[in-house]
Amino acid sequence: MEHFDLSLVNWSRAQFALTAMYHWVFVPLTLGLAFIIAFMETLYVKTGDEEWKRITKFWMTLFGINFAIGVATGIILEFEFGTNWSNYSWFVGDIFGAPLAIEGIMAFFMESTFIAVMFFGWNKVSKKFHLVSTWLVAVGANLSALWILVANGWMQYPAGMYFNPDTARNEMHNFWEVLFSPVAINKFLHTITSGYVLAAIFVIGVSAWYMLKGRNILLAKRSIIVAAVFGLVTSIFLALTGDGSAYQVAQKQPMKLAAMEGLYEGQEGAPLIVVGALTPGKQFDDDMDPYIFRIQIPKMLSFLGYRSGDAFVPGVKDLVEGGYTYVDKNGVEKVALSAEQKIERGKIAIKALADYTAAKDANDTVAVAYNRALLNDNFEYFGYGYLNNPKSIIPNVPLTFYSFHIMVALGFLFIGFFMLILYLVYFRQFKINKWILRLSILMIPLAYIASQTGWIVAEVGRQPWVIQDILPTVAAVSRIDSSAVQITFFLFFTIFTALLIAELRIMFKQIKIGSKEGDK
Amino acid sequence: MVDTTYIFLQHYWWFIISLLGALLVFLLFVQGGQTLIYTLGKTELERTMLINALGRKWEFTFTTLVTFGGAFFASFPLFYSTSFGGAYWVWMAILFCFIVQAISYEFRSKPNNFLGQRTYEVFLYINGLLGTILFGTAVATFFTGSMFSVDKMNLTDVNNPVISSWETPWHGLEAALNLHNLALGLAVFFLARTLAILYFMNHVNHNAIFERAKKHLLYNALPFVVLFLVFVIWLMLRDGFAVNPSDGTVFMEKYKYLHNLIQMPVILIVFLVGVLLVLWGIAKSLISNYTKGIWFTGVGTVLAVLALFLIAGWNNTAYYPSTFNLQHSLTIFNSSSSKFTLTVMSFVSLLIPFVVAYIWYAWKSINVKQIDEYEMSSESHVY
Ligand code: HEM
Repeated sequence: MEHFDLSLVNWSRAQFALTAMYHWVFVPLTLGLAFIIAFMETLYVKTGDEEWKRITKFWMTLFGINFAIGVATGIILEFEFGTNWSNYSWFVGDIFGAPLAIEGIMAFFMESTFIAVMFFGWNKVSKKFHLVSTWLVAVGANLSALWILVANGWMQYPAGMYFNPDTARNEMHNFWEVLFSPVAINKFLHTITSGYVLAAIFVIGVSAWYMLKGRNILLAKRSIIVAAVFGLVTSIFLALTGDGSAYQVAQKQPMKLAAMEGLYEGQEGAPLIVVGALTPGKQFDDDMDPYIFRIQIPKMLSFLGYRSGDAFVPGVKDLVEGGYTYVDKNGVEKVALSAEQKIERGKIAIKALADYTAAKDANDTVAVAYNRALLNDNFEYFGYGYLNNPKSIIPNVPLTFYSFHIMVALGFLFIGFFMLILYLVYFRQFKINKWILRLSILMIPLAYIASQTGWIVAEVGRQPWVIQDILPTVAAVSRIDSSAVQITFFLFFTIFTALLIAELRIMFKQIKIGSKEGDK
Repeated sequence: MVDTTYIFLQHYWWFIISLLGALLVFLLFVQGGQTLIYTLGKTELERTMLINALGRKWEFTFTTLVTFGGAFFASFPLFYSTSFGGAYWVWMAILFCFIVQAISYEFRSKPNNFLGQRTYEVFLYINGLLGTILFGTAVATFFTGSMFSVDKMNLTDVNNPVISSWETPWHGLEAALNLHNLALGLAVFFLARTLAILYFMNHVNHNAIFERAKKHLLYNALPFVVLFLVFVIWLMLRDGFAVNPSDGTVFMEKYKYLHNLIQMPVILIVFLVGVLLVLWGIAKSLISNYTKGIWFTGVGTVLAVLALFLIAGWNNTAYYPSTFNLQHSLTIFNSSSSKFTLTVMSFVSLLIPFVVAYIWYAWKSINVKQIDEYEMSSESHVY
C-alpha cells in the first residue's frame, strides 16, 4: 500500500497559498478603488467641475495598473483546481464548478467590457454612458468576488448537496442553499468590505504623501474626503460582518474557532482574548498553560460565538476527545464523538461505498440497499476516513491565533483612524499634523497585512479539510511528482515577485508624476 | 430508463463548450497579432498603433479563456480533473503564457517598469507563439487521445484515493510529439496571425502598415491552409473513438469523424460554410484593397471550429479518449455534471445573448473610428 505523499500535498498547498496570496495582494484594491472612482466621477458629472474629472482619471490610472496584475494572478487560481487538486475537482466539481462558470459569464465580461469604455471612452461616449460604465466596472468586480466567495463559503460549510454513490461525488440539489448559505453571505460581505477599507486607506495614504510634499493639494484633499467617509462607513460594517463570520465559524467550524482563540480546554462562559501570546510547543494533551500572557474580556467568546454569555465553547482538546454535549443543526442535543470515533465512522462510510459498488456490479440488491444505508448513516464523517491520527484534525494553532488577532486589532485601529481623519477634516479644516500624514502612509501596509491575515485565518484554520469534514486536503491532490510542483512553485514565485516589483515601481512613479494638469 | 432531458443537457453543454472554444480560437487573433508587431511595425509609432489596436481587445480573449475553463469545469468536471491534473505541463505552460500577457499591455510603455519595454514585448511574443500552438495541440488530443486512466472507485482506497492518473511521466508534453496534434497547433498559430493581419487591415488607418499587412497575409494564410487541410484530411481518414450508446463502452470505428459529419449534415454544412467564409475573407483581401475580410474569416473560423468541436463530442463519440485504456475515455455522458447542475447552469446560459448584446453595444460606441496616429497622441490611456 502506498501512503500519501506528504511532500506532494505540502508543495501543492504551498503553491496554492502562494498564488492565492499574491492574487489577494491586488484584488482588494480593485474592489474598493472601483467604487471610490465611481463616486468621484459621479461628483464630476453632478458638478461639472473639471478638477473632479482629473482626480477620477488619476486614480483610474492606478486602478488600471493594479487591475492588470490582478487578472494575471487570477487566471492561475481557476486552473489550479484542476492541475493541482484534481480529486477535489471531481469530488465536488458538480457544486464548485457552477459558481466559477457563472462568474465568467456574469461578472468577468461585464468588468472587462466596461473597463474598456472607462479607459477609452472619455472622448467617444456621452458623460452619462461613461459614468454608468464606471459603475458597472465596480459592480462587475464585486460580482466576480461574489461567486468565488460563494464557492469558498461552500468549502467551509457544504450546504445544498448530497453524496451520490453511483458517481462517487457530491451533487448539488439546492442552488439557493449554496448561494445563500449564511457562511457564504458573511464571507462575501466581509471580504468585499475589507477591500473597500483597504482602498480607502490606500487613497488616504497616497493623498497624505502629496500633502507632505505640498503638491496636488486639491486632489489630495478631495480624495481624502471621499475616502475617509467611505472608509469609516465600511470599516464599521467590516467589524459587524467579521462578527457575523465569527458566529458562523463557531457554529460550523468549532475547531477553527478554538484555534483562532488558542482555546485548548473548553469552558462555559469562555473569555475572548484581546491581546495574548501562546506558549510555544503546547500540545493539546499536555498540562502547559496555553498562554504566556493574555488580556481578556470575560464571557465574551461565548457571547460572540453562541449569543449567550454562559454557553459552552469546546476547546481543541474537547474536539479531539469528544464527550461534551452540543446542540446539532436540527436542534437536537447530542454528545460529541471523539476524533477517533469519527475516523472509524469515516472508514465505515468509505468501505460502504466500495461494498455498495461491488454489490451493484454483482446485482446483489440486498447488499446494495444495506451498504447504501450504511453509507448514508456515516457520510457526515466521510472525510475522517482518510485520516489516521486523531491529532491531525488540529490546524496550526499559533498561525491561526496570531493572524486572527492581528486582523481584529487592525480592524479597530482603522475605525479609529478614519474617525481621526474625518475629525481633522471637518473640525480642523485639514490642519493635519506631519506625523499623522506619515502615519497615514504607514496605514497602507497595515491594511494589506490585515487583509492577508484574514485569509490565513479562514484557510489555515480550515485545515486539515478542503471541504469541512468531507474531504481532507491530503485526499484532494492530483497525482503528479512533487518535484513538478516544486518547479512550478518556484516559477510562480519568481514571476509573481518580478511582476510585483514592476507594479510597485510603476505605481510609485505614477504617484510621483501625479495628476497631469490641474492644481499644483 | 433513458433520461432524455439529461442527455439533451449534456449535448447542450457540449455545444456551449464548443461555442466558447470556437470564439476563443477566433479571438486568438490578439495572440497572432502579438507575434507580428515587429514584422508590420517599423517605427515606434507604428508599433504603438498595432499594440493599441490589440490592447483594446486582449481582455476579451483572456476572459473567454477563463470562461471556457470555468464552463468546462462546471459542465464536465471529470475532464477538468483528468486533463488539467494529468497533462500538467502543457496546461501550466499555457497558463504561464497568459500570465505574462496580462500585464504586458498595461506595463509596457509605463515609465520605470522594471523589466523594460522590450521584455514586455517578448512576453507578448511568447504568448502569441506558444499560447496558440500549445492550445491547438491540446485541443487536437480530443481526436488523438492521451495516456491516462480514470477509476472513480479509487476513492475508496484510503491511502491512495486519486481518481485520475496520467500514465506517462511526460504529463502532457508528449502531445507535442504527435504530428497530427502538431499540425493543428501550427494551423492555429498561422490562423491567429492571418486573422490578426485581417484585423489590422480593418482597424488601423495607416498606409504603410496596410501594405505590409497585405504582403504578409499570403505568407501566413498559405501555411495555415496547408496545415489545416493536412489536419482535416488526416482526421477524416483516421479511426475514431466511438461510444456504444446502450452500455457506454468505447470502441474504435473506422472513419468515425467522417461519419459524424455525414450523419450530422447540419454540422457538415456549418463546417463547409465556415471553411468557405475563411477562404473568401482571405482571398478577397489578397486580390483587392478590401478591409472587411476579418468579418468573413472571423465568422468562418467560429463556424468551422464549432463544427470540429461538435464532431469530437456528439454522435456517440468519446471527446477525450484514453489510449491507455479505451474504456477510461471521457464522453459527454460519463464526465458531465449532474442533471440538476446542468439545469441550473442552463438557466444561467440564457444570459449569454444578453452579455453578447452589451459587449456589442459597448464596443460599437467606442470603436466608431479606426486607430490612427492622431488618436495615439490625443488619447489619455495609451499602451
Ligand atoms: C474588525 C474586526 C474583524 C473581525 C471580527 C473579523 C473576523 C473575521 C473572521 C471570523 C474571519 C474568518 C471567516 C471564516 O473563516 O470563514 C475573517 C476572515 C477575513 N477577514 Fe476579518 N475580521 C475583522 C477585521 C478585518 C479587517 C480589518 C480586514 C482587512 C482589511 C479583514 C479581512 C478579512 C479577510 C480578507 C478574510 C478572509 C475571507 C473570509 O473568510 O471572509 N478582516 N475575519
